[in-house]
Amino acid sequence: MKRSIRFSDRLANWLPRLVLTPSLLVVLVAVYLFIAWTGWISLSSSNIVPRYDFVGLEQYVRLWSTPRWHTAVANLFIFSSLFLGLTTGLGLLMAILLDQRIRAEGALRAIFLYPMALSFIVTGTAWKWILNPALGVQKVVNDAGWTSFVFDWISQPRFAIYCVVIAAVWQSTGFAMAIFLAGLRGIDNSVIKAAQIEGAGLPLIYRTIIVPMLRPAFLSVIVLLSYVAIKSFDLILALTNTGPGSATEMPSTFMYAATFRRDQMGVGAASAMMMLMTVAAIIVPYLYSELKETRDGC
Amino acid sequence: MATLEIDRVRKSFGSVEVLKGVSISIADGDFLVLLGPSGCGKSTLLSMIAGLESVTSGEIRIANDVVNDLPPKDRDIAMVFQSYALYPTMTVRQNIEFGMKIRGVQPAERAKATLAAAEMLQMKHLLDRRPSQLSGGQRQRVAMGRAVVRDPKLFLFDEPLSNLDAKLRVDMRTEIKRLHQRLGTTIVYVTHDQIEAMTLATRVAVMKDGVVQQLDDPQVVYDRPANTYVAKFVGSPSMSLIPARLAVDGAGAVAVFDIPNEKPARISGIPIAKENATKFNGQNVLVGIRPELFTVSDGKPGRTISVHIDVVEPTGPDTLALFQIGGVEVTARVPPKTVEARKSATLTVDTTKIVLFDAVTEDRID
Repeated sequence: MKRSIRFSDRLANWLPRLVLTPSLLVVLVAVYLFIAWTGWISLSSSNIVPRYDFVGLEQYVRLWSTPRWHTAVANLFIFSSLFLGLTTGLGLLMAILLDQRIRAEGALRAIFLYPMALSFIVTGTAWKWILNPALGVQKVVNDAGWTSFVFDWISQPRFAIYCVVIAAVWQSTGFAMAIFLAGLRGIDNSVIKAAQIEGAGLPLIYRTIIVPMLRPAFLSVIVLLSYVAIKSFDLILALTNTGPGSATEMPSTFMYAATFRRDQMGVGAASAMMMLMTVAAIIVPYLYSELKETRDGC
Repeated sequence: MATLEIDRVRKSFGSVEVLKGVSISIADGDFLVLLGPSGCGKSTLLSMIAGLESVTSGEIRIANDVVNDLPPKDRDIAMVFQSYALYPTMTVRQNIEFGMKIRGVQPAERAKATLAAAEMLQMKHLLDRRPSQLSGGQRQRVAMGRAVVRDPKLFLFDEPLSNLDAKLRVDMRTEIKRLHQRLGTTIVYVTHDQIEAMTLATRVAVMKDGVVQQLDDPQVVYDRPANTYVAKFVGSPSMSLIPARLAVDGAGAVAVFDIPNEKPARISGIPIAKENATKFNGQNVLVGIRPELFTVSDGKPGRTISVHIDVVEPTGPDTLALFQIGGVEVTARVPPKTVEARKSATLTVDTTKIVLFDAVTEDRID
């Protein structure tokens, strides 16, 4: 009797560890081990197959002297800043509007959130047709009588990246809205009333009181969307396939092409490491400052 | 500083009428307490005075100006909320200065007013903290400070002490009373706690189901409740309402209590106007007796009643004795150790303060 109690006690003690171990192992191998492996490859002379020698930073030098990589970095910059800014801004605006106790709020919320349910492949394909001058918006407007209307960004190298932004924003805004709306719902109504009595108009109340109170929601939205932005790959492939030319090349597509199509595994690994460092450089300080502030009791 | 008149005000939400024609008028410097259970419409009325809810019909006048259609900011009021409603991302100082900033008060003056309010409410050391770093009582102080710097015509308090623990509640109550004495500003204060109403108010409006039951000085509300509802709501332990029959003899009105299997008990000297005594002669009434009207009889005959004590509850300064008269439980407040449970006792009643109610309408009979 005594022994069985002890056994169950010991089991209760070990169960959490037992349950967590497989996933921990998988993460260790599939994430961290391969990060380390990629780091090693990026320092070797690998091309079509991995080679385990050491050539220093040669692959990085090659990477940064490739014009296509510069396009990819510039595009990532344009895409992420516009995508993050627009998604956060529009999401917040929609959440604030939905929070005004309007009718059919549930239905509207579902409509705005629905694009989230689609994969980027579907989004990309749908927007490829919508943005195609011969099929989509331009044709509809032309057929409606405005024949001089031109909307052919997707076929112009200078503007194609903005098409990617439009599709990505369309997909993710509802998600940002849902998080902001949850944050708004958690705010005590009397805070707004108090500010109204003090003479503040609604725009001022939102700017100086409500939006600062949404800090945790901003944290979630920005962290989740930045990694969507940096890893965006399927959307590009489905929407523009990095074209026209290499106008919508992104680091992720570049890495894929270098590693698996152009037999430059070392360059691909180097580009992957650059992406990792970029993510770390943005997210780590942000997480650090936010988590520190919450611990201070904000 | 201002008078406040609420004139036949009604409020409906859809088909539900929350306020059914409320009229209250108070003088400059009064401390009005709206007292009632939850759902009686007192908070709605306060929101309407603040301008946060629209008025369905009737008029609200502050300092003789109709404010029905004025937005809250133009009513020159300040409000303290139950949940404090501090701005969590701002420091105490920023919280207090926020309203002044919006009204365009110069920085130097803002700082002066903030400091004065902080000194008055003894929270100078808290000015650079954030609300999350404060205790409930400190937050309420900040909320009051935010109201004070506005220097409004009217202060509105919406159950400001409900979220505090018992000890702190008593302290803050005194604080609010002191604030009123110092500033002399007209205050409207909503609460469901009758002790708060008694201690703070210069005028009490007891409300039930959107109707004002009585508007009077707190002592009058206590001594001469307008109906049985007010009688039960104000005072703790509450007034005992004993069914009786009114009789008139040579000496005046007499209350006759039927006691099963015994001779009816009688209390004479009931204070009642002559014409009402005649009118209600022989009819059923409710006799309202506050616990402290009973004293332990010294044996002399007079306005006494013999009872069998059921339960004795010592409270320290005095003891509550519970017994039955005419089928209802009655409470008496007597000196400690003067009565014993499950024994008989003879109690004298101070009949001058007895209140009679009509058994049917439950209104007071004068």
